Amino acid sequence: MNNQPNNDLKSKLLADFRTSEERMNGASKSALHQIRREALNQFDRLGFPTVKHEEWKYTNVNSLIKEVFEFNASSDITVDDLAQLESSRLEGNVLYFVNGQYQPQLSKIVSPASQLTITTLAEAVKTTPDLLTQYFAKYADYQDNAFTALNTAFAQDGVVINVPANVAVEAPTILRFISDARQLNVASQPRNLFIVGEKAEIKIAESFRTLGDQASFTNVVTEIVVAEDAQVEYYKIQNESDMAYHIGTTQVHQKDRSHFYSATVTLDGGFIRNNLNIALDGSECEAHMYGLYFPNGRQHIDNHTLVDHRKPNSHSNELYKGILEDRSTGVFNGKIFVRQDAQKTNAYQSCKNVVLSNDATMNTKPQLEIFADDVKCSHGTTTGKLNEEALFYLRSRGIPKEEAQSLLMYAFAEDVIQKIKIDALREQIERRIQAKLAR
Amino acid sequence: MLTISNLQASIGSKEILKGINLEVKAGEVHAIMGPNGSGKSTLASVLAGREDYDVTDGSVLFEGKDLLDLAPEERAAEGIFLAFQYPVEIPGVSTTNFLKTAMNEIRKYRGLEPLDAVQFLKLMKEKMKLVNIDQSLLSRSLNEGFSGGEKKRNEIFQMAMLEPKLAILDETDSGLDIDALRIVAEGVNQLRSPERSTIVVTHYQRLLDYIVPDYVHVLYKGRIVKSGPKELAFELEEKGYDWIKAEVETV
Ligand SMILES: Nc1ncnc2c1ncn2[C@@H]1O[C@H](COP(=O)(O)OP(=O)(O)O)[C@@H](O)[C@H]1O
Ligand SMILES: [Mg+2]
Repeated sequence: MNNQPNNDLKSKLLADFRTSEERMNGASKSALHQIRREALNQFDRLGFPTVKHEEWKYTNVNSLIKEVFEFNASSDITVDDLAQLESSRLEGNVLYFVNGQYQPQLSKIVSPASQLTITTLAEAVKTTPDLLTQYFAKYADYQDNAFTALNTAFAQDGVVINVPANVAVEAPTILRFISDARQLNVASQPRNLFIVGEKAEIKIAESFRTLGDQASFTNVVTEIVVAEDAQVEYYKIQNESDMAYHIGTTQVHQKDRSHFYSATVTLDGGFIRNNLNIALDGSECEAHMYGLYFPNGRQHIDNHTLVDHRKPNSHSNELYKGILEDRSTGVFNGKIFVRQDAQKTNAYQSCKNVVLSNDATMNTKPQLEIFADDVKCSHGTTTGKLNEEALFYLRSRGIPKEEAQSLLMYAFAEDVIQKIKIDALREQIERRIQAKLAR
Repeated sequence: MLTISNLQASIGSKEILKGINLEVKAGEVHAIMGPNGSGKSTLASVLAGREDYDVTDGSVLFEGKDLLDLAPEERAAEGIFLAFQYPVEIPGVSTTNFLKTAMNEIRKYRGLEPLDAVQFLKLMKEKMKLVNIDQSLLSRSLNEGFSGGEKKRNEIFQMAMLEPKLAILDETDSGLDIDALRIVAEGVNQLRSPERSTIVVTHYQRLLDYIVPDYVHVLYKGRIVKSGPKELAFELEEKGYDWIKAEVETV
């Protein structure tokens, strides 16, 4: 018997890869496949991280790798099943994936082809191999991150968006990833690539949901390439079950004068690790990162962010906020890297938390590594209770305690919520937050 | 309306109120004066239900109900209002934003239908005029960046909206210029009626020129050491508190 559960999932995955390779015959010589094979070797070498790994100190993946999952399981999901998720209809390009598989019958693309091309990754492999050769896995690091390596080796599908230069895409694009865990434990590894041309503009949201009570595992990687003067709004909204494991990396690469705005909102989910890595590989760039998380019960939510200032005169700004209840745990790790060339960098980071229960824990770690001398950098983290004075004030006006508490929590979250500029999406999130805080 | 008997309160091991007795009848205005640190704000807070203080003895009856048994929000619904000496800043919560919730919670408690948005706005307009407060101030985060006068006017605005049976004003006059003072007094006087009462905590006699009290009490070291008609306020203004302190020490 193998008493190291660690190896079970790993050896299964390695074996799966070999099997699929045998089935591929000729295709296994493609450039893309060479990357996948290289990524698999890295995964083999790295293995799943343990808490001894500095980046995984507070996020123990042991229970994840003990589970048995069916990867890319088929699903007989219907439009009626989706109604259970109570998602409001969002106008725009909406693409559905269930257990990692694209669902054309549920999806719609409204933007004209002149504004952007949206294809699935599976399709892009066939139709635009050169584009993939140029961009795929060129940004998200699979040398040191086991989960990114795993995704790179295995990802079958996802979305490739290509916005030509000078186009401001009007309609937002919403990618909905659903784990259908009604019958069995399911796993998926979506892979997205967004290429935004010079002076182009786009708004993209990724939403993650679960159907059913079985365990699910989502290991997602998104690479975003933002060309000169382009502007990207990116939202990651997580509303998964307590049985859901989610590991995700969003890797952003910005060129001169580009702007990137992001908001990562975690409403629910059992075990979550989000990596948001931004390389400011241009001058006069702006990167804005907002985050919001509300763990309760035994939920675990970990946000790791990394901003790499490589060139002078860029600006990064970060605000993450959390409200923790019950026995939940939260992690915030914000790394700011200012390289020697990145003079006149302006970097600001803040993480604020309200801990409502003595059994909840928040671990925050700002990490600043600055190699340039003329920079403005500031960071701060706070973790405290709800303001008792404010609570008494509201109660003295006649508002019952629970309601006053949720009013204050909502107010705390409000500035981040307002950063979501897709109105219908924001309103939906507002309703969900209000419902969760009112519990 | 309000009967305070032998009220004693402490925080930690520190005794602050050492046996307060006070009877406020419907329609009356009582002024409470006294040097800093006497326990005036503590008394106001205990009446409003602040949980930091331990009531160690005594009782408070409000219209026959045991007030000390009620949560702060229940006291508000019963008709008690405290205008805070130091109103707290609440980022992200505006006056309009919480006041509608507050009013409708109080109405629910009293078995009344909630106000709809139109009724609420109409009432707001009316009361805004009364205390000369701007809509924009009411839509901003509560007290964030407000001037001292704006904070106090906002307290009186809320009082005007909630129409309490017993209003407790904790040094609402401090830091106000004469115009603001007049507006605050106006707000209080508008509410005066045979059914409503007011407790005015103040340092200065000048507010009492505008809100004329029926009784004046001097609180010192956690006790009411002297009570009298409104003329007592003039005497205090003239002679200060030293003679009262001396009187207390000799006893
Ligand atoms: N929260 C508190 N913690 C400790 N001491 C307090 C607290 N509140 C009031 N006190 C003390 O109680 C006494 C009375 O305070 P207070 O009621 O504010 O007086 P006043 O309003 O008459 O100036 C003072 O000595 C003050 O320092
Ligand atoms: Mg005081």
